[in-house]
Amino acid sequence: MSTTTPRRRLLAIAGVFAATSLTLTACTNSSGDDDTESVANAGAGDNAETGDTVRIGFSAPAADHGWMGAITSAAVKQAEAFDDVELINAEGTNDVNLQISQVETFINDKVDAIVLLPFDGAAMTDVATRAMEAGIPVVNVDREFDSPNAARSTVLGDNYGMGVSAGRYICEEAGGKKDAVVAEIAGIDSLPLTQDRSRGFADALKDCGLKVSNRVAAEFTVESGERAAANLLQAAPKIDFLWNHDDDQGVGVLAAIDNAGRDEFVMVGGAGSANVMRSIEADDTVLRATVIYPSTQGADGIKLARLIAQGRSMSDLAEVEVPRVIQLAAPIVTKDNVDDYMDSAFES
Amino acid sequence: MTGSTQETAAAPETRTRSLGIARNLGLVVALVALCVVGLVTAGDRFASTNNIITVLSLASAIGVVAIGMTFVITGGGIDLSVGAIVALASVWASTTGTQAMAEDVGWIVIVTTAVGVGIACGVINGVLIAYGKIVPFIATLAMLASARGLAEIIADRKTQIVRDEAFRDALGARPLGVPVIVYVFAVIVVLGWFLLNRTTFGRRTFAVGGNVEAARLAGIKVQRHTVYLYALLGATCGVSAVMLMSRTQTGSSTHGLMWELDAIAAVVIGGTLLSGGRGTVVGTLLGVLIFTTLTNVFTLNNLSTSVQAVAKGVIIVVAVLLQQRLANRST
Repeated sequence: MSTTTPRRRLLAIAGVFAATSLTLTACTNSSGDDDTESVANAGAGDNAETGDTVRIGFSAPAADHGWMGAITSAAVKQAEAFDDVELINAEGTNDVNLQISQVETFINDKVDAIVLLPFDGAAMTDVATRAMEAGIPVVNVDREFDSPNAARSTVLGDNYGMGVSAGRYICEEAGGKKDAVVAEIAGIDSLPLTQDRSRGFADALKDCGLKVSNRVAAEFTVESGERAAANLLQAAPKIDFLWNHDDDQGVGVLAAIDNAGRDEFVMVGGAGSANVMRSIEADDTVLRATVIYPSTQGADGIKLARLIAQGRSMSDLAEVEVPRVIQLAAPIVTKDNVDDYMDSAFES
Repeated sequence: MTGSTQETAAAPETRTRSLGIARNLGLVVALVALCVVGLVTAGDRFASTNNIITVLSLASAIGVVAIGMTFVITGGGIDLSVGAIVALASVWASTTGTQAMAEDVGWIVIVTTAVGVGIACGVINGVLIAYGKIVPFIATLAMLASARGLAEIIADRKTQIVRDEAFRDALGARPLGVPVIVYVFAVIVVLGWFLLNRTTFGRRTFAVGGNVEAARLAGIKVQRHTVYLYALLGATCGVSAVMLMSRTQTGSSTHGLMWELDAIAAVVIGGTLLSGGRGTVVGTLLGVLIFTTLTNVFTLNNLSTSVQAVAKGVIIVVAVLLQQRLANRST
């Protein structure tokens, strides 16, 4: 992780930017209703001023789970908050061929910028490169292309960081206890994002002398989460801490825990769904915390694409150009700070 | 003409009877071997009552679908839409509307809705195949796509929580420490075995699957029987949806993903012929138990899903080879 330090700095700056934009929106955006305000704000300072009207093409996978649905709706709300953005929203698809043709249509239409959350980053690299060569800046969201030349700017979540945040929280709660039993319920194991999350989790646990004793993989769905957890609970008759990678499958994991009548451990979630946050706030289950994987990445992609297309800089950075990479933080959410994150949570 | 008809209709049945025990023996050997591996590697954790109940509970939901699938495959058909029907039934039965009605009338509303939706989907499949003359593979492929799509539309791609306390209590109950859904599964296995082996309906199913033309000439209303078979499978999908709703306390359009393959795999390693005409409920039960126990043993030993997938493939091949060996020896 040689890039940690500059990225951290970038994150800190981005955080300040986000904070100022939130407070300023309260003054500038008087018409918006309360629900959408936190997600859809018109930006801060110079960036909020209306510029040249730009046409932005947006394409993402099918909204087949809560998080992905929130990505698209947050992006659409964000675009609506700007007077100078005309959003062309392609129907979400998990068919790589269709998504490629959507981007080709954007190129033929000569849009000013493209925001792309690929179903498969590698498969979309070629068409994104062609868009860049045609002079259309591409903002890559969440799932990275193979080539750095395929995108002008990239917005990423922090899968490794999710694991680290969950691991650190568990280390803290364990309070130096070296023989604590830690279990992990991962998502689809063949995905790099799952591998990154598990690596971060193991690395953070190692720092306090803990390790994962039982690990099982589910498939991000409620039913698979229930199945995986039911077996895991039998594999480990006594658990101290359990990290579940994904709050969508977490509904099933909690049901399995309930069915087994187990409550001797502390559970940490992943992604940050509204259900889970309400549960953390109510403090009535084993679920005590979750780590965020922001569902506002698409909205941030729209913001960056607008600035890039208008040839402007980010007003809270000294830098003239919009940065190449923005990686969002993966903070831990507990009862103490759940209020700060409730508004940006997605309904699963 | 009449003579040959009787022969083709009767032959598969007698062969099933004579090979049945030998075929199932192969599966029992495989299941026992798995249990021995479980006992050696995980010891008490594997043999504990809780663990066995967990395996049986997990086997119930997919097992009910596999029993229904046994009938359709024995009758010469195939159904790729079972997972999607389970999803649609679970979503339909957990909408706020259904749950509000359940509050007023009773939890049975949720159950009848799920089973009703399942039967309706099954009837549509059956009618398209029997009267529309669409091959089962295509008709049910269409149902796979549209049922899951409809489930997504109804649920708005959200996970619907089942809040009906009476439903949760009724199906979450554990008489003698065993969950209700395991009893339901056991009853359905027995009913399924009886229906297939001891009734006219079962004999007609073998006949239709063995030779459609012969069955027609023998006076069986083949089209109507086909609709019955798919409706029966639809009903088991509805029951499975209720079991999933009880276990996960949710209805979701993502329930039952890829279940069609799991169910077909269990039916086929159980000894039911993919081409129809021969089928065994007991074999299917053993097939389901083998796959569920496999996952359990792997999880107990903390092994990755990739290793598990390899083992699953090997077990399918070994189980089928073993069946053939034992079947050959006994004839």
